[in-house]
Amino acid sequence: MKQDKILLIGGSAGSLQVILNVLAAMGKEYPMPVLVVLHRNNAFESSLEALIASRTQMQIKEVEEKEPVTAGIVYVCPADYHVLVEKDHTFSLDYSERVHYSRPSIDVAFRSAADVYGPGVVALLLSGGNADGAEGMRHVAENGGFTIVQEPQTAEVPYMPQQALLRMKVDVVAPTEELPGLIRELGDAQEL
Amino acid sequence: MEINSIQDGQLELLLEDIYTRYGYDFTQYSRASLQRRIQRLFTLDNFPSFAEFRYRIQTDGHYFRRFVEEVTVNVTEMLRDPGFYRTLRTTILPVLSTYPFIRIWHAGCSTGEEVYSMAILLKEAGLLHKSLLYGTDINPLVIEKARKGIFPMSQMQKYSENYIQSGGLQDFSSYYTANYHLAKFDSTLTGKMIFSTHNLVSDSSFNEFQLILCRNVLIYFERELQAKVFQLFDYSLENFGYLALGSKESLRFSPIAGRYRQVGREKIWRKVNEAG
Repeated sequence: MKQDKILLIGGSAGSLQVILNVLAAMGKEYPMPVLVVLHRNNAFESSLEALIASRTQMQIKEVEEKEPVTAGIVYVCPADYHVLVEKDHTFSLDYSERVHYSRPSIDVAFRSAADVYGPGVVALLLSGGNADGAEGMRHVAENGGFTIVQEPQTAEVPYMPQQALLRMKVDVVAPTEELPGLIRELGDAQEL
Repeated sequence: MEINSIQDGQLELLLEDIYTRYGYDFTQYSRASLQRRIQRLFTLDNFPSFAEFRYRIQTDGHYFRRFVEEVTVNVTEMLRDPGFYRTLRTTILPVLSTYPFIRIWHAGCSTGEEVYSMAILLKEAGLLHKSLLYGTDINPLVIEKARKGIFPMSQMQKYSENYIQSGGLQDFSSYYTANYHLAKFDSTLTGKMIFSTHNLVSDSSFNEFQLILCRNVLIYFERELQAKVFQLFDYSLENFGYLALGSKESLRFSPIAGRYRQVGREKIWRKVNEAG
């Protein structure tokens, strides 16, 4: 049976440009669903989707509760909600306490996706100024997923990727400029 | 890091126990979120094994109260989404003002911040004297807090900003008395509120309302349970009454959608046709 896959991208301060570059490199059709968990300011509300849409050819949308996770779509976590993945491959929203001062929290989304997709997860953790995401990355790895961290020296804010590296052995540590190509190649390999 | 993580099968057992012993049915809650909350409590309270956790819940009613408080989400704030409250002020309250008596139900009101927000709006519209606000929640502990109307002083600056953005023209601090780190809200507001426990999963309709608010509650329910709760709201809502949901919730996929029309861009729907 073909393993269902999902690409998770987590980032905070200094990660937006990298996310835009990675998504732009994906082309029109990426063979898995992509979930972007970006710490964002409430005040920007919906402008993030518009910004991403202007840089990528892929379909992009904000996660809606109970909607099925579909390959080829870039999902963005809504501001001020945690996103979780259910066993039946639908999204859930959750307005519980912040985790690492963050909602959406990367840990929450990554952990729950790892519980469901196991070895089918590819997780990318980017620049950021707090420890959110490190625990989620560890959980992804423990469940057999593939983990990629932005090389801290090349990240605008190195703290977040550093925290993951302190806690676990990741599969790939890549400098910023190599990330778009790497993610694209993972997609190409998946299509074969 | 948890050494012990609760497995799916164990979770089923636990939910079955709880239903049999206490009558609370969590089986149709969105599973990922519920599992996370239960896991969090299990880790927080340092149970050495799942068996001990299960035994404690089964045998200790006091601990079960803690379970309900920790597993259900009780995050709320006053005048959250100021745009929503602005619409209530400009569009909904003028319609409600034509009724001789206004009944409003806050379903899943948690510690009551939204009920107090509504009372302030009603007061400013000159409608509070002929209104009654019902606040209900599954969790008896939060209902006790809601009744007291005492909230942390640390939140007041944020609430005051929300208040101004919602179109409030008074001094927000005139609605409470500050006492060290606590803010006690005015008894003229509390006097128009009725708080009680009510379980949306199992309890039935208890009155007819012109406005029902249920914000960020349905996201924790599976579709089937959402549909059931929508039926309950429909049954509890007068014709031409309003139903208000959370900013990421929708009536769109529900069985009652055909009888409702959305009001503007906010998550507010008006009942335009009776059932049948």
